[in-house]
Amino acid sequence: MNWFTKTFSSTLGRKFIMSITGLFLCSFLVVHLVGNLTLFRQDGGEAFNIYSHFMANNPIIRTMEFVLVAGFLFHIYDAIVLTRRNKAARPVGYANSHPEQNSTWSSRNMGLLGTIILVFLLVHLWNFFVPARFGELEGVPNADYLNLYSEVVLAFKNPIYVALYVIAMVALAYHLIHGFQSAFQSLGLTHKKYTPFIQKFGYAFSVLICLGFAAIPLYFFFFV
Amino acid sequence: MAGSNPNAKPMDLTLKVWRQKNRESAGSMVTYPVKGISPDMSFLEMLDVLNEDLLRGGQDPIAFDHDCREGICGMCSLYINGRPHGPERGTTTCQLHMRHFNDGDTITIEPWRAAAFPVHKDLVVDRSAFDRIQQAGGYVSVNTGGVPDANAIPIGKSIADKAFDAATCIGCGACVAACKNASAMLFVSAKVSQMAMLPQGKVEAKTRVENMVAQMDVEGFGACSNTGACAAECPVGISLENIAIMNREYLSAKATSEHVA
Repeated sequence: MNWFTKTFSSTLGRKFIMSITGLFLCSFLVVHLVGNLTLFRQDGGEAFNIYSHFMANNPIIRTMEFVLVAGFLFHIYDAIVLTRRNKAARPVGYANSHPEQNSTWSSRNMGLLGTIILVFLLVHLWNFFVPARFGELEGVPNADYLNLYSEVVLAFKNPIYVALYVIAMVALAYHLIHGFQSAFQSLGLTHKKYTPFIQKFGYAFSVLICLGFAAIPLYFFFFV
Repeated sequence: MAGSNPNAKPMDLTLKVWRQKNRESAGSMVTYPVKGISPDMSFLEMLDVLNEDLLRGGQDPIAFDHDCREGICGMCSLYINGRPHGPERGTTTCQLHMRHFNDGDTITIEPWRAAAFPVHKDLVVDRSAFDRIQQAGGYVSVNTGGVPDANAIPIGKSIADKAFDAATCIGCGACVAACKNASAMLFVSAKVSQMAMLPQGKVEAKTRVENMVAQMDVEGFGACSNTGACAAECPVGISLENIAIMNREYLSAKATSEHVA
Protein backbone atom coordinates (compact mmCIF):
# COMPACT_ATOMS: atom_id res chain seq x y z
CA MET A 1 0.00 0.00 0.00
CA ASN A 2 1.24 3.50 -0.69
CA TRP A 3 0.81 6.41 1.71
CA PHE A 4 -2.50 7.42 0.17
CA THR A 5 -4.31 4.10 0.58
CA LYS A 6 -2.64 3.63 3.98
CA THR A 7 -4.01 6.98 5.14
CA PHE A 8 -7.55 6.30 4.05
CA SER A 9 -7.64 2.75 5.37
CA SER A 10 -6.44 3.82 8.83
CA THR A 11 -9.06 4.33 11.55
CA LEU A 12 -8.45 8.09 11.45
CA GLY A 13 -8.53 8.22 7.64
CA ARG A 14 -11.82 6.35 7.49
CA LYS A 15 -13.33 8.72 10.05
CA PHE A 16 -12.10 11.59 7.84
CA ILE A 17 -14.05 10.06 4.93
CA MET A 18 -17.09 9.57 7.19
CA SER A 19 -17.08 13.21 8.24
CA ILE A 20 -16.45 14.71 4.79
CA THR A 21 -19.16 12.58 3.17
CA GLY A 22 -21.49 13.15 6.13
CA LEU A 23 -21.21 16.93 5.87
CA PHE A 24 -21.63 16.72 2.09
CA LEU A 25 -24.80 14.68 2.58
CA CYS A 26 -26.00 17.39 5.01
CA SER A 27 -25.64 19.95 2.21
CA PHE A 28 -27.70 17.64 -0.02
CA LEU A 29 -30.44 17.58 2.63
CA VAL A 30 -30.67 21.37 2.51
CA VAL A 31 -31.03 21.45 -1.30
CA HIS A 32 -33.53 18.59 -1.24
CA LEU A 33 -35.67 20.19 1.46
CA VAL A 34 -35.66 23.62 -0.16
CA GLY A 35 -36.87 22.06 -3.42
CA ASN A 36 -39.50 19.98 -1.65
CA LEU A 37 -40.99 23.03 0.02
CA THR A 38 -42.61 23.75 -3.40
CA LEU A 39 -45.00 20.94 -2.41
CA PHE A 40 -46.64 23.33 0.05
CA ARG A 41 -47.66 25.75 -2.72
CA GLN A 42 -51.37 25.54 -3.36
CA ASP A 43 -50.91 25.26 -7.15
CA GLY A 44 -51.89 21.66 -7.87
CA GLY A 45 -48.24 20.66 -8.03
CA GLU A 46 -47.14 23.00 -10.83
CA ALA A 47 -44.08 24.44 -9.02
CA PHE A 48 -43.04 20.99 -7.76
CA ASN A 49 -43.34 19.44 -11.23
CA ILE A 50 -41.28 22.23 -12.81
CA TYR A 51 -38.69 21.81 -10.05
CA SER A 52 -38.48 18.03 -10.48
CA HIS A 53 -38.26 18.46 -14.28
CA PHE A 54 -35.30 20.80 -13.73
CA MET A 55 -33.63 18.37 -11.32
CA ALA A 56 -34.02 15.51 -13.80
CA ASN A 57 -32.65 17.39 -16.81
CA ASN A 58 -30.13 20.01 -15.70
CA PRO A 59 -26.61 18.79 -16.65
CA ILE A 60 -25.00 20.16 -13.47
CA ILE A 61 -27.59 18.44 -11.29
CA ARG A 62 -27.17 15.20 -13.26
CA THR A 63 -23.40 15.36 -12.75
CA MET A 64 -23.79 16.08 -9.03
CA GLU A 65 -26.04 13.03 -8.87
CA PHE A 66 -22.95 10.85 -9.38
CA VAL A 67 -21.07 12.73 -6.67
CA LEU A 68 -24.06 12.24 -4.38
CA VAL A 69 -24.17 8.51 -5.04
CA ALA A 70 -20.42 8.34 -4.39
CA GLY A 71 -20.96 10.26 -1.13
CA PHE A 72 -23.56 7.76 0.03
CA LEU A 73 -21.48 4.75 -1.03
CA PHE A 74 -18.29 5.91 0.72
CA HIS A 75 -20.26 6.85 3.86
CA ILE A 76 -21.97 3.46 3.98
CA TYR A 77 -18.88 1.45 3.01
CA ASP A 78 -16.64 3.05 5.64
CA ALA A 79 -19.42 2.74 8.23
CA ILE A 80 -19.53 -1.02 7.61
CA VAL A 81 -15.73 -1.41 7.68
CA LEU A 82 -15.42 0.64 10.89
CA THR A 83 -18.32 -1.12 12.60
CA ARG A 84 -16.77 -4.52 11.86
CA ARG A 85 -13.43 -3.32 13.18
CA ASN A 86 -15.05 -1.83 16.29
CA LYS A 87 -16.93 -5.06 17.05
CA ALA A 88 -13.72 -7.05 16.64
CA ALA A 89 -11.94 -4.69 19.06
CA ARG A 90 -14.11 -6.06 21.89
CA PRO A 91 -14.76 -9.77 21.25
CA VAL A 92 -15.84 -10.42 24.87
CA GLY A 93 -18.34 -7.92 26.23
CA TYR A 94 -19.13 -6.86 29.79
CA ALA A 95 -21.61 -8.75 31.95
CA ASN A 96 -22.69 -5.47 33.53
CA SER A 97 -22.23 -2.21 31.64
CA HIS A 98 -23.73 1.26 32.05
CA PRO A 99 -22.76 3.30 28.99
CA GLU A 100 -25.82 5.54 29.54
CA GLN A 101 -23.89 7.10 32.43
CA ASN A 102 -21.06 8.34 30.23
CA SER A 103 -22.40 8.92 26.70
CA THR A 104 -25.56 9.70 24.73
CA TRP A 105 -27.71 7.00 23.17
CA SER A 106 -27.48 8.44 19.67
CA SER A 107 -23.68 8.60 19.77
CA ARG A 108 -23.57 4.88 20.55
CA ASN A 109 -26.16 3.88 17.95
CA MET A 110 -25.11 5.68 14.78
CA GLY A 111 -25.00 2.35 12.91
CA LEU A 112 -28.54 1.43 13.91
CA LEU A 113 -29.83 4.92 13.04
CA GLY A 114 -27.93 4.82 9.75
CA THR A 115 -29.46 1.44 8.87
CA ILE A 116 -32.99 2.81 9.45
CA ILE A 117 -32.11 5.75 7.19
CA LEU A 118 -30.73 3.38 4.52
CA VAL A 119 -33.91 1.28 4.51
CA PHE A 120 -35.92 4.47 4.20
CA LEU A 121 -33.66 5.70 1.40
CA LEU A 122 -34.25 2.56 -0.66
CA VAL A 123 -38.03 2.78 -0.18
CA HIS A 124 -37.90 6.49 -0.97
CA LEU A 125 -35.97 5.93 -4.21
CA TRP A 126 -38.47 3.24 -5.17
CA ASN A 127 -41.39 5.59 -4.43
CA PHE A 128 -40.22 8.61 -6.40
CA PHE A 129 -36.80 8.41 -8.05
CA VAL A 130 -37.42 5.17 -10.00
CA PRO A 131 -40.77 6.22 -11.53
CA ALA A 132 -39.45 9.73 -12.25
CA ARG A 133 -36.23 8.58 -13.89
CA PHE A 134 -37.33 5.37 -15.55
CA GLY A 135 -40.54 6.80 -16.93
CA GLU A 136 -43.77 5.53 -15.49
CA LEU A 137 -45.16 9.00 -14.92
CA GLU A 138 -48.05 10.60 -16.72
CA GLY A 139 -47.57 13.89 -18.53
CA VAL A 140 -49.19 17.10 -17.46
CA PRO A 141 -51.67 18.41 -20.06
CA ASN A 142 -50.34 21.42 -22.02
CA ALA A 143 -46.92 21.26 -20.35
CA ASP A 144 -43.57 19.66 -21.25
CA TYR A 145 -42.98 18.10 -17.81
CA LEU A 146 -44.28 14.97 -16.08
CA ASN A 147 -46.58 14.75 -13.09
CA LEU A 148 -44.44 13.64 -10.13
CA TYR A 149 -46.79 15.57 -7.84
CA SER A 150 -49.59 13.02 -8.35
CA GLU A 151 -47.10 10.31 -7.26
CA VAL A 152 -46.47 12.25 -4.04
CA VAL A 153 -50.19 12.62 -3.34
CA LEU A 154 -50.75 8.92 -3.96
CA ALA A 155 -47.82 7.70 -1.84
CA PHE A 156 -48.73 9.84 1.16
CA LYS A 157 -52.30 8.55 1.28
CA ASN A 158 -50.71 5.27 2.43
CA PRO A 159 -50.42 5.33 6.25
CA ILE A 160 -47.58 2.78 6.18
CA TYR A 161 -45.45 5.05 4.01
CA VAL A 162 -46.31 8.08 6.15
CA ALA A 163 -45.31 6.21 9.32
CA LEU A 164 -42.07 4.97 7.73
CA TYR A 165 -41.16 8.46 6.52
CA VAL A 166 -41.80 10.06 9.91
CA ILE A 167 -39.90 7.34 11.81
CA ALA A 168 -37.00 7.66 9.36
CA MET A 169 -36.88 11.43 9.94
CA VAL A 170 -36.73 10.91 13.72
CA ALA A 171 -33.83 8.51 13.13
CA LEU A 172 -32.18 11.04 10.80
CA ALA A 173 -32.55 13.78 13.41
CA TYR A 174 -30.77 11.70 16.06
CA HIS A 175 -28.15 10.61 13.50
CA LEU A 176 -27.42 14.25 12.67
CA ILE A 177 -27.54 15.54 16.25
CA HIS A 178 -24.50 13.38 16.97
CA GLY A 179 -23.06 13.26 13.46
CA PHE A 180 -22.93 16.96 12.59
CA GLN A 181 -20.74 18.10 15.48
CA SER A 182 -18.87 14.78 15.53
CA ALA A 183 -17.76 15.40 11.93
CA PHE A 184 -15.94 18.56 12.97
CA GLN A 185 -14.21 16.67 15.80
CA SER A 186 -13.08 13.95 13.37
CA LEU A 187 -11.69 16.61 11.04
CA GLY A 188 -9.80 18.12 13.96
CA LEU A 189 -11.79 21.35 13.65
CA THR A 190 -12.27 22.32 17.26
CA HIS A 191 -11.78 25.74 18.74
CA LYS A 192 -12.90 27.45 21.90
CA LYS A 193 -14.65 30.14 19.85
CA TYR A 194 -16.34 28.01 17.20
CA THR A 195 -17.04 24.59 18.71
CA PRO A 196 -19.90 25.75 21.01
CA PHE A 197 -21.53 27.40 17.99
CA ILE A 198 -21.03 24.31 15.81
CA GLN A 199 -22.66 22.16 18.49
CA LYS A 200 -25.70 24.44 18.86
CA PHE A 201 -26.01 24.98 15.11
CA GLY A 202 -25.76 21.22 14.48
CA TYR A 203 -28.56 20.56 16.94
CA ALA A 204 -30.85 23.20 15.43
CA PHE A 205 -29.95 22.10 11.89
CA SER A 206 -30.78 18.45 12.66
CA VAL A 207 -34.11 19.22 14.26
CA LEU A 208 -35.27 21.80 11.71
CA ILE A 209 -34.28 19.82 8.61
CA CYS A 210 -35.98 16.68 9.88
CA LEU A 211 -39.12 18.56 10.98
CA GLY A 212 -39.28 20.08 7.50
CA PHE A 213 -39.06 16.69 5.79
CA ALA A 214 -41.47 14.99 8.21
CA ALA A 215 -44.02 17.76 7.68
CA ILE A 216 -44.44 16.77 4.01
CA PRO A 217 -45.97 13.26 4.39
CA LEU A 218 -48.02 14.45 7.39
CA TYR A 219 -49.36 17.43 5.42
CA PHE A 220 -50.38 15.26 2.48
CA PHE A 221 -51.91 12.56 4.69
CA PHE A 222 -54.01 14.90 6.79
CA PHE A 223 -54.68 17.96 4.67
CA VAL A 224 -54.54 17.13 0.95
CA MET B 1 -8.31 3.94 64.03
CA ALA B 2 -7.00 7.46 63.40
CA GLY B 3 -9.02 9.47 60.88
CA SER B 4 -11.78 6.90 60.61
CA ASN B 5 -15.44 7.78 60.84
CA PRO B 6 -16.75 6.57 64.22
CA ASN B 7 -20.30 6.41 62.87
CA ALA B 8 -19.35 4.24 59.91
CA LYS B 9 -21.00 0.85 60.20
CA PRO B 10 -19.30 -2.16 58.64
CA MET B 11 -20.96 -3.39 55.46
CA ASP B 12 -21.78 -6.83 54.13
CA LEU B 13 -21.54 -7.09 50.35
CA THR B 14 -21.95 -9.61 47.57
CA LEU B 15 -19.24 -9.52 44.90
CA LYS B 16 -19.56 -10.98 41.42
CA VAL B 17 -16.01 -11.28 40.16
CA TRP B 18 -14.58 -12.42 36.83
CA ARG B 19 -12.33 -15.43 37.45
CA GLN B 20 -10.09 -16.75 34.70
CA LYS B 21 -7.15 -19.11 35.27
CA ASN B 22 -4.95 -17.90 32.43
CA ARG B 23 -4.99 -16.41 28.93
CA GLU B 24 -6.16 -19.62 27.30
CA SER B 25 -8.87 -20.76 29.67
CA ALA B 26 -12.48 -19.60 29.58
CA GLY B 27 -13.52 -17.50 32.55
CA SER B 28 -16.77 -16.92 34.38
CA MET B 29 -18.34 -14.69 36.98
CA VAL B 30 -18.05 -16.11 40.52
CA THR B 31 -20.05 -14.84 43.49
CA TYR B 32 -18.34 -14.12 46.84
CA PRO B 33 -19.89 -12.74 50.02
CA VAL B 34 -17.70 -10.29 51.99
CA LYS B 35 -18.52 -9.27 55.54
CA GLY B 36 -17.55 -6.45 57.88
CA ILE B 37 -16.17 -4.05 55.26
CA SER B 38 -15.38 -0.60 56.68
CA PRO B 39 -16.68 2.34 54.61
CA ASP B 40 -13.23 3.89 55.10
CA MET B 41 -11.54 1.14 53.11
CA SER B 42 -10.53 1.69 49.52
CA PHE B 43 -11.99 -0.66 46.93
CA LEU B 44 -8.66 -2.47 46.66
CA GLU B 45 -8.43 -2.89 50.45
CA MET B 46 -11.87 -4.49 50.32
CA LEU B 47 -10.49 -6.94 47.74
CA ASP B 48 -7.46 -7.53 50.00
CA VAL B 49 -9.88 -8.57 52.77
CA LEU B 50 -11.62 -11.00 50.43
CA ASN B 51 -8.27 -12.38 49.23
CA GLU B 52 -7.13 -13.03 52.80
CA ASP B 53 -10.35 -14.95 53.40
CA LEU B 54 -9.78 -16.93 50.21
CA LEU B 55 -6.19 -17.70 51.20
CA ARG B 56 -7.26 -18.85 54.66
CA GLY B 57 -9.78 -21.14 53.00
CA GLY B 58 -7.07 -22.57 50.75
CA GLN B 59 -8.48 -20.94 47.62
CA ASP B 60 -6.67 -19.08 44.86
CA PRO B 61 -6.81 -15.31 45.61
CA ILE B 62 -8.25 -12.95 42.98
CA ALA B 63 -5.52 -11.43 40.81
CA PHE B 64 -5.86 -7.68 40.22
CA ASP B 65 -3.41 -4.96 39.21
CA HIS B 66 -2.31 -2.30 41.71
CA ASP B 67 0.84 -0.46 42.63
CA CYS B 68 1.02 3.00 44.20
CA ARG B 69 -2.54 3.04 45.59
CA GLU B 70 -2.31 6.83 45.48
CA GLY B 71 -4.05 7.37 42.16
CA ILE B 72 -0.97 8.33 40.19
CA CYS B 73 0.58 5.20 38.73
CA GLY B 74 -2.22 3.98 36.45
CA MET B 75 -1.78 0.34 37.43
CA CYS B 76 -5.20 -0.31 38.97
CA SER B 77 -8.09 -1.00 36.66
CA LEU B 78 -11.39 -2.90 37.23
CA TYR B 79 -14.76 -2.41 35.55
CA ILE B 80 -16.97 -1.92 38.61
CA ASN B 81 -20.78 -2.01 38.34
CA GLY B 82 -20.58 -1.26 34.63
CA ARG B 83 -18.08 1.62 34.81
CA PRO B 84 -14.26 1.78 34.60
CA HIS B 85 -12.82 2.58 38.04
CA GLY B 86 -16.36 2.45 39.45
CA PRO B 87 -19.17 4.97 39.79
CA GLU B 88 -17.23 8.06 40.91
CA ARG B 89 -15.93 10.58 38.35
CA GLY B 90 -12.24 11.44 38.19
CA THR B 91 -11.19 8.55 40.43
CA THR B 92 -8.92 5.57 40.08
CA THR B 93 -10.05 2.31 41.68
CA CYS B 94 -7.47 2.65 44.46
CA GLN B 95 -8.96 6.05 45.36
CA LEU B 96 -12.53 4.74 45.28
CA HIS B 97 -13.78 4.28 48.81
CA MET B 98 -16.34 1.83 50.08
CA ARG B 99 -18.41 4.68 51.52
CA HIS B 100 -19.80 5.09 47.97
CA PHE B 101 -21.49 1.70 48.35
CA ASN B 102 -24.27 0.58 50.67
CA ASP B 103 -24.64 -2.35 53.03
CA GLY B 104 -26.18 -5.27 51.14
CA ASP B 105 -25.05 -4.10 47.66
CA THR B 106 -24.11 -6.52 44.94
CA ILE B 107 -21.01 -5.31 43.08
CA THR B 108 -19.84 -6.72 39.74
CA ILE B 109 -16.11 -6.56 39.04
CA GLU B 110 -14.79 -7.29 35.54
CA PRO B 111 -11.47 -6.80 33.75
CA TRP B 112 -11.02 -4.21 30.96
CA ARG B 113 -12.52 -5.76 27.83
CA ALA B 114 -10.59 -5.25 24.61
CA ALA B 115 -8.98 -7.51 22.03
CA ALA B 116 -5.82 -5.43 22.48
CA PHE B 117 -5.89 -6.01 26.27
CA PRO B 118 -5.99 -9.80 26.65
CA VAL B 119 -6.82 -11.10 30.14
CA HIS B 120 -3.75 -12.56 31.86
CA LYS B 121 -5.57 -13.89 34.90
CA ASP B 122 -8.81 -12.92 36.66
CA LEU B 123 -8.92 -9.10 36.59
CA VAL B 124 -5.38 -8.53 35.28
CA VAL B 125 -5.12 -7.54 31.63
CA ASP B 126 -2.03 -7.14 29.46
CA ARG B 127 -1.73 -3.44 28.62
CA SER B 128 1.61 -3.73 26.82
CA ALA B 129 -0.16 -2.55 23.63
CA PHE B 130 0.08 0.94 25.19
CA ASP B 131 3.83 0.49 25.67
CA ARG B 132 4.27 -0.47 22.01
CA ILE B 133 2.30 2.60 20.90
CA GLN B 134 4.55 4.76 23.09
CA GLN B 135 7.65 3.12 21.68
CA ALA B 136 6.41 3.89 18.15
CA GLY B 137 6.86 7.63 18.74
CA GLY B 138 5.72 8.84 22.15
CA TYR B 139 9.03 10.45 23.00
CA VAL B 140 11.29 13.40 22.17
CA SER B 141 14.74 12.49 20.90
CA VAL B 142 17.47 14.30 22.80
CA ASN B 143 20.81 14.91 21.12
CA THR B 144 24.07 15.03 23.01
CA GLY B 145 25.73 18.37 23.62
CA GLY B 146 25.48 21.24 26.03
CA VAL B 147 22.29 21.90 27.96
CA PRO B 148 20.44 24.87 26.40
CA ASP B 149 19.22 27.65 28.65
CA ALA B 150 15.71 26.82 29.88
CA ASN B 151 14.45 30.29 29.04
CA ALA B 152 15.82 30.23 25.49
CA ILE B 153 12.62 28.62 24.19
CA PRO B 154 9.56 30.70 25.07
CA ILE B 155 6.34 28.70 25.56
CA GLY B 156 3.03 30.47 26.12
CA LYS B 157 1.34 29.80 29.44
CA SER B 158 -1.88 28.46 27.85
CA ILE B 159 0.11 26.07 25.62
CA ALA B 160 2.20 24.92 28.56
CA ASP B 161 -0.96 24.31 30.59
CA LYS B 162 -2.66 22.35 27.80
CA ALA B 163 0.43 20.24 27.20
CA PHE B 164 0.72 19.57 30.91
CA ASP B 165 -2.95 18.59 31.17
CA ALA B 166 -2.45 16.08 28.34
CA ALA B 167 0.72 14.82 30.02
CA THR B 168 -1.19 13.90 33.18
CA CYS B 169 -2.46 10.75 31.39
CA ILE B 170 -1.47 7.79 33.58
CA GLY B 171 -2.05 5.20 30.85
CA CYS B 172 -4.52 3.15 32.90
CA GLY B 173 -6.67 2.21 29.90
CA ALA B 174 -10.03 3.33 31.35
CA CYS B 175 -10.67 5.14 28.04
CA VAL B 176 -10.37 1.85 26.14
CA ALA B 177 -12.51 0.06 28.72
CA ALA B 178 -15.24 2.71 28.55
CA CYS B 179 -15.34 3.06 24.77
CA LYS B 180 -17.97 0.99 22.97
CA ASN B 181 -15.33 0.45 20.25
CA ALA B 182 -12.48 -0.30 22.68
CA SER B 183 -10.72 2.63 21.02
CA ALA B 184 -7.42 3.96 22.37
CA MET B 185 -7.89 7.40 20.83
CA LEU B 186 -7.90 9.35 24.10
CA PHE B 187 -4.67 7.72 25.32
CA VAL B 188 -2.86 8.06 21.99
CA SER B 189 -4.10 11.61 21.47
CA ALA B 190 -2.91 12.69 24.93
CA LYS B 191 0.55 11.37 24.10
CA VAL B 192 0.57 12.88 20.61
CA SER B 193 -0.81 16.29 21.48
CA GLN B 194 1.27 17.02 24.59
CA MET B 195 4.42 16.88 22.46
CA ALA B 196 2.94 18.37 19.30
CA MET B 197 2.14 21.52 21.26
CA LEU B 198 5.67 22.07 22.55
CA PRO B 199 8.61 23.28 20.47
CA GLN B 200 10.83 20.38 21.58
CA GLY B 201 8.24 17.90 20.35
CA LYS B 202 7.35 19.68 17.11
CA VAL B 203 10.60 18.51 15.49
CA GLU B 204 9.34 14.92 15.27
CA ALA B 205 5.60 15.73 15.27
CA LYS B 206 4.77 14.29 11.84
CA THR B 207 6.65 11.02 12.23
CA ARG B 208 5.33 10.64 15.76
CA VAL B 209 1.64 10.89 14.91
CA GLU B 210 1.98 8.74 11.78
CA ASN B 211 3.78 5.95 13.64
CA MET B 212 1.70 6.04 16.81
CA VAL B 213 -1.60 5.91 14.92
CA ALA B 214 -0.27 3.09 12.72
CA GLN B 215 0.74 1.13 15.85
CA MET B 216 -2.64 1.84 17.47
CA ASP B 217 -4.33 0.29 14.43
CA VAL B 218 -1.95 -2.71 14.42
CA GLU B 219 -2.79 -3.42 18.06
CA GLY B 220 -6.46 -3.85 17.14
CA PHE B 221 -8.08 -0.94 18.97
CA GLY B 222 -11.34 0.35 17.52
CA ALA B 223 -12.03 3.68 15.83
CA CYS B 224 -13.46 6.79 17.49
CA SER B 225 -17.23 7.38 17.45
CA ASN B 226 -16.87 10.61 19.43
CA THR B 227 -19.24 9.33 22.13
CA GLY B 228 -17.11 11.05 24.78
CA ALA B 229 -17.31 8.05 27.14
CA CYS B 230 -13.50 7.98 27.41
CA ALA B 231 -13.16 11.53 28.68
CA ALA B 232 -16.15 11.08 31.01
CA GLU B 233 -14.48 8.06 32.63
CA CYS B 234 -10.86 9.27 32.56
CA PRO B 235 -9.58 9.40 36.16
CA VAL B 236 -7.36 12.41 35.39
CA GLY B 237 -9.78 14.26 33.11
CA ILE B 238 -7.96 14.12 29.76
CA SER B 239 -9.95 16.33 27.38
CA LEU B 240 -11.62 15.24 24.12
CA GLU B 241 -9.88 18.21 22.51
CA ASN B 242 -6.75 16.09 22.40
CA ILE B 243 -8.47 13.72 19.96
CA ALA B 244 -9.28 16.64 17.67
CA ILE B 245 -5.67 17.80 17.93
CA MET B 246 -4.47 14.32 16.99
CA ASN B 247 -6.92 14.18 14.06
CA ARG B 248 -5.59 17.38 12.56
CA GLU B 249 -1.98 16.46 13.37
CA TYR B 250 -2.50 13.15 11.57
CA LEU B 251 -4.24 14.56 8.51
CA SER B 252 -1.72 17.33 8.04
CA ALA B 253 1.20 14.95 8.65
CA LYS B 254 -0.16 12.51 6.07
CA ALA B 255 -0.64 15.33 3.57
CA THR B 256 2.78 16.94 4.04
CA SER B 257 5.29 14.43 5.48
CA GLU B 258 7.93 12.95 3.24
CA HIS B 259 7.03 9.34 4.08
CA VAL B 260 5.70 7.93 0.83
CA ALA B 261 5.72 4.27 1.82
